[in-house]
Amino acid sequence: MKKLINSPDAVLQDALHGVEAAYGDRVRVIYEPAVIVRIDAPVQGKVGLISGGGSGHEPMHGGFVGPGMLDAACPGEVFTSPTPDQMLEATKAVDGGAGVIHIVKNYTGDVMNFDMAADMGKGEDIEVETVLTNDDVAVEDSLYTAGRRGVGVTVLVEKICGGAADDGRNLQQVAELGRRVNANGRSMGMALTPCITPASGNPSFELAEDEVEIGIGIHGEPGRFREKIGPASQIAERLMTPILEDLPFSSGDRVLAFVNGMGGTPLIELFVMYNEVAKIAQEHGLTIERNLIGNYITSLEMQGCSITLVKLDDEMVRYWDAPVNTPALRWGV
Amino acid sequence: MNRFAGEMSEHRQELVALDTAIGDGDHGTNMNRGMTKALEKLDAAPQADPGTVLKTVAMALVSSVGGAAGPLYGTLFLQMGNALAGQPEVDLPAWTAAWRKGLEGVQARGKAVPQDKTMVDALIPAVEALEAASDLDGGLRAAAQAAEEGMKSTTPLVARKGRASYLGERSAGHQDPGATSTYYLFKSAAEALAG
Repeated sequence: MKKLINSPDAVLQDALHGVEAAYGDRVRVIYEPAVIVRIDAPVQGKVGLISGGGSGHEPMHGGFVGPGMLDAACPGEVFTSPTPDQMLEATKAVDGGAGVIHIVKNYTGDVMNFDMAADMGKGEDIEVETVLTNDDVAVEDSLYTAGRRGVGVTVLVEKICGGAADDGRNLQQVAELGRRVNANGRSMGMALTPCITPASGNPSFELAEDEVEIGIGIHGEPGRFREKIGPASQIAERLMTPILEDLPFSSGDRVLAFVNGMGGTPLIELFVMYNEVAKIAQEHGLTIERNLIGNYITSLEMQGCSITLVKLDDEMVRYWDAPVNTPALRWGV
Repeated sequence: MNRFAGEMSEHRQELVALDTAIGDGDHGTNMNRGMTKALEKLDAAPQADPGTVLKTVAMALVSSVGGAAGPLYGTLFLQMGNALAGQPEVDLPAWTAAWRKGLEGVQARGKAVPQDKTMVDALIPAVEALEAASDLDGGLRAAAQAAEEGMKSTTPLVARKGRASYLGERSAGHQDPGATSTYYLFKSAAEALAG
C-alpha cells in the first residue's frame, strides 16, 4: 500500500486538520466528536441541513459545507458510518429554530446511526426530518437486500435542498423536495480498479487487468457483473440502459446528467464518458438541461465512474441554479 | 470485557479479512478501536456493578465504532445493562434474561432474522443454550459452543442484511464477520468465568 498518510489510524484526524488549515475562515472543525460546520451556523430562521457518512468519498460531504448547501457534515472513519454523538452535535450546531434535515445515504450503518441520533435527540426539542437517498439501480432485488444504496443523487439532493433552505422554504417543503429529487434520480457506477482502505491495506476486490466491474458500490462492494473491458461507448450503454429503464425516463423528459469520477480517473476520461451519455440521452429524446462532471462522490483511489440522471422540474432547476459557495461546489457568488 | 477487548485486538486482522471478502474490510479495526475506548472508560471510572459496566461499554461503542457494528453491539450491551441495573451479583437467570433483552434489542435495531447471515445467527443459539442451562459456568460454555456453531453455519448462507447483501449469491461461502465477533464475545465470557 502506497498512500500519502502518516499512519492508517491518523488519516481522518490529519485530514480534518488540513480542512481547518485550508478553510478555517469559512468552516469550524470540531474534533471530538468530528463535525465540520459552517462558521456562521446556526443561521437563524433557516432550515438546517446536515449529512454524514464514512470518509473516503471526498469532497462529499465536508466539501459541501457552506452557504447554499450543507450547514454541517459528520465524517466517519474511512468507509465507516459516523456515530450518533457526531450527528447530535451537528444537529444542535445548525438548528436555527426552523428544524434540521438529516440527509442519509441508504447504508445499514448510516441508517442505524442516524436512527440512534434521532432517538438521542428527542430530548433536545429540535424538529428533525430525514431524507433517505437510495438511487443505485445496480441493486436489483431490494426485497432480499438492505435496499438500494444511496450514491450520486445524494450530492444533487444536498445542493437542491440547500438552495431551497436558503430561499426560506420550511422544514416540510425542503424535505419533500429532497425526497422528490431522490425519487426522480437513478444512478449506476463501474470500476476499472479496486480501492485500498488505509486500515486494511489490501484491495477491496480483485479485478484482472482487462476486466471491469459493472454496478460497483462506493465502498468497493462488487457490482452486478464483471466483463472484459470494452470502449467507453459500451460502458456508457451498460450504465445508462438500467438507469433509463428503471425510472423509467421517457422521451421529452428534462434531465440533469451527472458524470462522477470515483477518485482515480482523470477528467479527460469523464468527458469522454459524458459525450457518450449525451449521445444516449439524445437518442432517447431526453433534454439535458443541467449537468455536473467531476469527482464529487469518490471511492478513495478507485478508477471508474458513476452516472446519475434526475428527471427535473422547474423547482429543482431553480434551486440547482441558486448560488452556492462551498469548497467543492461554487457558482452564482 | 478485558478478554473481549483482547480477542478483538488479537483477531483484528482475521475480522478485517472476513469483512473484506463480503463487506468493506473494517469490522476488526472498528471493534478493536471501540473496545480499546471502552476499556479506557472503565479504567477511568471503575464500576463494580455489572449493569453499569455494560452501559459504559455500550456508550463507548456507540460513540466510537460507527458502521453497523457500533449501534448493534451498543444496543446489545445497553439492553443487557438496563436489564441488570442495580444488581450487584448476577446469577444464571439474571444473565439469561439480560442476554435475551440484548438479543431483542439487536433484532429491533437491525431487523435481522435467522439465516440473514448476521451476528444474530451466532447470538440466537447462544442465548438459547444459556436458557437451557442449569448452571452459569456450564451455560456460558454451552453458549460459546452454540455461538461457534452458529458462526460456522453462516458460511453457506446468502446475505440478506447489511453490506454483504449487495453481493447476493456471491456472499455464500464466506463466514460472516459479525457472527464471528459475537462468537468471540461468548468465548470471552465463558473464559472469564472459568478464570
